[in-house]
Amino acid sequence: MNSASIQTIRSDGDIVVARQTGRKIAEDVGFSRADQALIATAISELARNIVVYANSGEMEISPVETVSRSGVRVTAQDYGPGILDIKAALADGFSTGGSLGLGLPGTRRIVDEFDIQSVPGEGVTVTIVKWIGR
Amino acid sequence: MTRRVPILRQNGILIASIQEELSDGDILALQSRILSDVVSINAKAVVIDVSALDVLDSFGTRTLTEIASSVELRGARTIIVGIQPEVAMAMVLLGLDFRNIATAFDLDHAFDLLRAA
Repeated sequence: MNSASIQTIRSDGDIVVARQTGRKIAEDVGFSRADQALIATAISELARNIVVYANSGEMEISPVETVSRSGVRVTAQDYGPGILDIKAALADGFSTGGSLGLGLPGTRRIVDEFDIQSVPGEGVTVTIVKWIGR
Repeated sequence: MTRRVPILRQNGILIASIQEELSDGDILALQSRILSDVVSINAKAVVIDVSALDVLDSFGTRTLTEIASSVELRGARTIIVGIQPEVAMAMVLLGLDFRNIATAFDLDHAFDLLRAA
């Protein structure tokens, strides 16, 4: 079984390393090149959110396996200001950081499972899972 | 680590040939170099080869769009070349696009487009 990767995210260089790591793990798990690109893109968006909104955080990327399927799970955790209005943050075009506002809603569209937890003042944790062949 | 993208000049055309994955800072550095080079040689077109990129996320897409818009205001054209098919698919699913920016599948195609204009 492949091993999980845990990385500190605090610079734009860390974003590149995270998405390269994620692509590699996705490739090892057996994802198609198209899905590898989706996973790398999702990781890039989540890692950038950490850098832009919280300055630093951690990202864990790990293979997941059940009896019937394999996939990749990514957990992005920061200890920044948190998100005041999660519903707004998940809407296309909403941004408080001067971006396109497609990062979170776009990421949610390209993965199979998406969970976001935020306590204002304590940070944000986003967990995504993508399964092979769905 | 900073990655400096080579920018070639040929007959008033700037050709930025991205060789490897770029960080956000690298893309911003490329943006300012292209804009200053466009002015210094009065470039009539900018061709940006992105075929080496495995990911074009919201930041990369937005910055390339900003480059193209600024170049256009200067009176020159921008062509984005060689978006990988997987990257294109990921962009579409994410809701990103290069609306109003010319794209070409390779450099030859880009020069055909410039000649035809």
